[in-house]
Amino acid sequence: MPDLSILSARLDPVKPVLPWLLLALGIAAPFALSAYDLNLLARFMAMGIVALGIVLIWGHGGILSLGQGVFFGLGGYAIAMHMKVADLPAGEIPDFMLWSGRESLPLWWTPFASPIFTILAILLVPALLGALFSWAVFHRRVGGTYFALITQAMALAFATLIISRQDVTGGFNGLTDFYSVFGFGLSSPGVPTGLYWVTLALLCVGFIGLRWLLASRFGMLLRAARDGENRVRFLGYSPTPFKVVAFAIAAMLAGVGGALFTLHAGVVSPALIGVVPSIEMVVWVAIGGRYSLAGAVVGALLVNLARDAVSSAFPELWLYLMGALFIFVVTLLPRGLAGLFKGKGA
Amino acid sequence: MSGSATSDLLLSVDGVTIDYSGFKALDGFSLTLNRGERRVVIGPNGAGKSTLCDTIIGRVRPSEGRVIFKGEDIHRLPEQQIVARGICRKFQAPGVLPTLSVRDNLALAARKDRRWWKSFGTGIPAEEKQAVDEALDMVALTHRAGVEAGTLAHGEKQWLEIAMVLATGAELLLLDEPTAGMGPAETSRTAELILSLGDSRTVLVIDHDMSFVEQLAAPVTVMHQGRFLKQGSIAEVRADPEVAAVYLGHTA
Repeated sequence: MPDLSILSARLDPVKPVLPWLLLALGIAAPFALSAYDLNLLARFMAMGIVALGIVLIWGHGGILSLGQGVFFGLGGYAIAMHMKVADLPAGEIPDFMLWSGRESLPLWWTPFASPIFTILAILLVPALLGALFSWAVFHRRVGGTYFALITQAMALAFATLIISRQDVTGGFNGLTDFYSVFGFGLSSPGVPTGLYWVTLALLCVGFIGLRWLLASRFGMLLRAARDGENRVRFLGYSPTPFKVVAFAIAAMLAGVGGALFTLHAGVVSPALIGVVPSIEMVVWVAIGGRYSLAGAVVGALLVNLARDAVSSAFPELWLYLMGALFIFVVTLLPRGLAGLFKGKGA
Repeated sequence: MSGSATSDLLLSVDGVTIDYSGFKALDGFSLTLNRGERRVVIGPNGAGKSTLCDTIIGRVRPSEGRVIFKGEDIHRLPEQQIVARGICRKFQAPGVLPTLSVRDNLALAARKDRRWWKSFGTGIPAEEKQAVDEALDMVALTHRAGVEAGTLAHGEKQWLEIAMVLATGAELLLLDEPTAGMGPAETSRTAELILSLGDSRTVLVIDHDMSFVEQLAAPVTVMHQGRFLKQGSIAEVRADPEVAAVYLGHTA
């Protein structure tokens, strides 16, 4: 393994100012970027929120989830359903339902007309589902690779389910053509920038909240259960609730990220939430640094930036490049880019 | 021993069988410990010593027999409740939490309220802080309190884990090969540490380092193939031909 310590020693003084530097850049962005680039940055930041949750469960909890796309999708579809329903004249149903031969709105779509219900659904549905699912697995003391495989299967099943129910989910094409959210026209002046600020604010809230959580005794016990589950158990703690709560929080963050991404991208579809996107989410974090909140956000931004640059020119090349990057990081930088900065990261 | 009042009885392992699909790691094994007693369990590899510890702390569940602790049958309780009753075990391979500091390892052990929803703070009650400081002092790791436990030397890890077990405040300590991997000087210090507990705790030690066992000056129970073989002082056990045949014969 090559010695990267010289590099990391040089970068060391930068470490404490890095989050502040990123925040300053984030605040400056709307004044410096074109509307197109700002929209792109906002999408990547939404993915950064997903990455924060993966640091919590994978880095600090040792729980590898290859199914975060499911929770991302739940958040994304919740906001998309709201936008589809809220814009409808009374009594009408979304056009894709008409084309599939439906005559009325499914009952479970109707509450999404309410903004409050939608926001609660974005926060609570992924969290509750994540809690139930992870409890069912962890309390049977299944973990490690098996857990990763189960989450992978869950992502596949979820995407398949959405595709197969074309009449109520929009199927393979997903949901798109949104005009307004919570009463604001999406193309009205100031609204895209406002949504950018909301995204930046939620990213900061997630970052600060998780920093606090990881520094608390909860974070300590999560790491303890990662490194010595039996020792923790035979000190009198039940490790399961710590892992379940962490997983639920990560699911909630993925849901929030998915909802914001859908707002910025103007579309949610199975292609954004299935097996491959779920693995990509883990790759961002591996590259940025699985133990570091700031590293993971940077990883999400950089990888998606690179993806955008490469895949527009050479669409087939991207997966190979990402694979190569992943192998490079795993073999040479197990702590990701954040590992270049000495110390342990946030 | 037979004359002691039943109120002194702390632990009774009663006819326990652990069956690993045909292989009986414990085969109708019984053992009793009185409050404040120190006991050593020896036996050749595979005699069932570690399985005995596993059974008491609820890691494996007996198909026959019971485990009575302070008059309560604990053999079906969840692990964390068994710990809460006052039993803690040191594992054979050091089981410290490597990425936490030495002090944090002890703080988690000393914590009284172990429910997850009480874990969102950082503060440590004065009483627990004192228990941590005492435990650090007892194993002479005070000067190492801030380092990551994973960076400790092997012997220090063993002591830290003993300190963790002590810091839980458990009445019954199960020490599974506490001197594994230690040199003679470290082994003697470990024996002193255990002796210094006096009768404040009940201690069950598993080991096969005979010089260490001698230093502990405690009654010895010999196990063989999951069954009770002999009990007596170390001298009696050493002199016993049956014990020599199954166990000491290898080293004598």
